[in-house]
This record gives sequence, structure tokens and C-alpha cells, in this order.
Amino acid sequence: MKCRKCSAKAVINMRQHKLALCKEHYLEWFLAQTERFIRKYRMFTPEERVLVAVSGGKDSLALWDVLVKLGYQADGLYIGLGIDGGVGYSAQSYEKVRKFVEARPGLHLEVVDVASTYGATIPTAARVTRRGKGKPCSVCGLTKRHIMNRVARDGGYDALATGHNLDDEAAVLFGNTLHWQVGYLARQGPVLPASHEGLARKVKPFCRFYERETAAYALLTGIDYIYEECPYAAGARSIYYKEVLNRLEAERRGAKLQFYLGFLRAREQGVFQSAQEQVQLNTCPTCGQPTAVEGQCAFCRTWDQVRERVAASSV
Amino acid sequence: MSAKLIFRDQEFEVEAGKTIRDAIKECGLSPETVLPVRDGELVTDDVLLEEGDVITLVAVISGG
Repeated sequence: MKCRKCSAKAVINMRQHKLALCKEHYLEWFLAQTERFIRKYRMFTPEERVLVAVSGGKDSLALWDVLVKLGYQADGLYIGLGIDGGVGYSAQSYEKVRKFVEARPGLHLEVVDVASTYGATIPTAARVTRRGKGKPCSVCGLTKRHIMNRVARDGGYDALATGHNLDDEAAVLFGNTLHWQVGYLARQGPVLPASHEGLARKVKPFCRFYERETAAYALLTGIDYIYEECPYAAGARSIYYKEVLNRLEAERRGAKLQFYLGFLRAREQGVFQSAQEQVQLNTCPTCGQPTAVEGQCAFCRTWDQVRERVAASSV
Repeated sequence: MSAKLIFRDQEFEVEAGKTIRDAIKECGLSPETVLPVRDGELVTDDVLLEEGDVITLVAVISGG
């Protein structure tokens, strides 16, 4: 297969776009498309400061690399979760991020280590609070969201960018549609505006790339990322939904893209408007972040409980 | 006449002469979830497998 632009040997064929490109033109296309999505969805401007949440995986590192190449003011945030899983998962992922930064002088990386900042690793926190049916994903999500928002707010960033790709978005959409969670459908999109003082604007510049495209970008640019999945991700529903959608895609090219873009169009036309909840947000007296409940937010309540139980068990 | 596909810690012996895409499907994998790499370089999955080819399939699905 030949490159559509120069007839050299193609390295990737994007069946949903009927577009095959060589290495040089693929990298050029990938940057131009990212720029197009950032502008189309009004994610941020070159004058604004962006905080990129990096995990050591292909998507987030590729995103940081692309934003810097496009000339955006992008800093990184790495959250050390303390997950070992027998493979030293967090240690390995941090090493990937550290090497990425080392190879690119001038980049600024914020590191938050959960255990040293809040008193326990994520797996310990999940175990002592018995949240999440034996899996730490619920505590992990709650903690990451809190830290990302705190660092973005404290650092004066205008937007918080994550490496979510179209497969991630389509899997979430599939799950929400399957259960008709219209409240979630109303909130899903490339941009989640800072709807309340103290909440950072959240953006997903890669939301229209297939997962294989972000992986191809990382491979072609030599980004060394963590291949291993989080040890707790095995059997995750989102991965199952991705598999289902990819089976569909194999038979019907462009199925994932049509599903997601069709949803965005419906959303823009106001289909989910009536489901948009006007939640009255309060301010958590402990951390100062917005919360839907009165009194302490879920993060502060959970972590107070974690510290109490960890202290009690060590007496 | 055979070629080899490597996916994570699994190896699949496949017949040469067919496309990588067909070989991936024959191994029970989804072509949408992997990137084929030959001799360290990304290749498109319409490439015909040649005798002795070793194709590493890079898994692209992540999440949880």
C-alpha cells in the first residue's frame, strides 16, 4: 500500500478515512489533526497554560509530545499511585515519564506521590476502606480526579488535558448508552467546561484518533511507553466494550468513528439538554474543592478514613 | 512455506502468501487492536507474508 501523498511505502492504513500514509506524512497529519481538534472544540489557545496528565502510557506521552511540538505551553503531571501488582507497575510507569522528560530539556513535570502526600498507596486505601469490591479503581479514579484538579487550580493552569482517544470515548459512550445513563451522556464530550469556581476545564485533544493511531505515533516517534496494562485493569468493563466495538469495526470500517461523531452531533443539537443537571455545588471545608454534597467532599472523607484505619492497624 | 506472528507471549505459525490482516484474523485476533511491525518497522496489514517473515503485533488497547 502506498502513501496517498507521496506514493512511498505506507506505514499505516486508516480504513475509516480511506487514508494510507508514509511515516513522514503520517506524523505531519497527526499534528495537523490535533491542532484542528483543539481549535474546532475551542479547547485552549497558545496563550493559555495547559497541564497534561501523564501516566507513562502511549496516549498521554504522545499528547504531551504533540502539544509541545505545536508550540503550546504544556506542563506535565504524574501521579504516583503506588501500584505494584507484582510487576512494579507504578515504578515502571514513572521511569518512562522521567526518561521522556530527560530527553526533552525545558519540560516541566509536577509529581504527586499519593502515599507520601496522603498517607497510603492506592491499593492500601482501597483495602482499608473496602471500596470498589476488591479493586482499587474507584478510589484511584476519585483520587486522580482530585489531584489533577488541585494541581491545575493551584498552578493557575487554564486547562487540564488527558490523553483519552476515540476508543476510550466510544467505550464510555457504549456503556452509558447500554444503560441509558442520560445524565452521563449529557456531560460526555471533548471539553468539559470549568462550570464552577475551583474546577479546571478538562480537554481531550486526542478524542478523535483511534487508539491504534496514537500507538502508531508513539512507535514512529520513538516514545518509550509502558506496554503493560495496570494490573487491576484485567477484566475491566471498558476493555470488554472496546473489544466489542473493535469486532464491529473489523467488519464495518468507520463504525467507531460514526458512533462517536453521531453522538457529538446529537449532543450539539441539544438532544441531551433536558438531562443536563444543574447541580448546586458546595465548597469542601477541608480541601476547598467543589463538591455536590454538603460538608466534606468524597475525597476528603475517604482519605480521612484511610489515615484513621491505617493508623489503627499499625498500633 | 510459513511465517510467524508474535503477540505478547504467544507465537503463531501461519502460511506465507496471505495478507497480515488475514493471518491476524486466522489467529483469532482483531486487526483493529494491533499494529504489525516487521524488522522494527511499522507495516500496513495488506502486506503479503513471505516465507520466514516474523511479524510482531503491538497491542494497542489500554484502559481500565
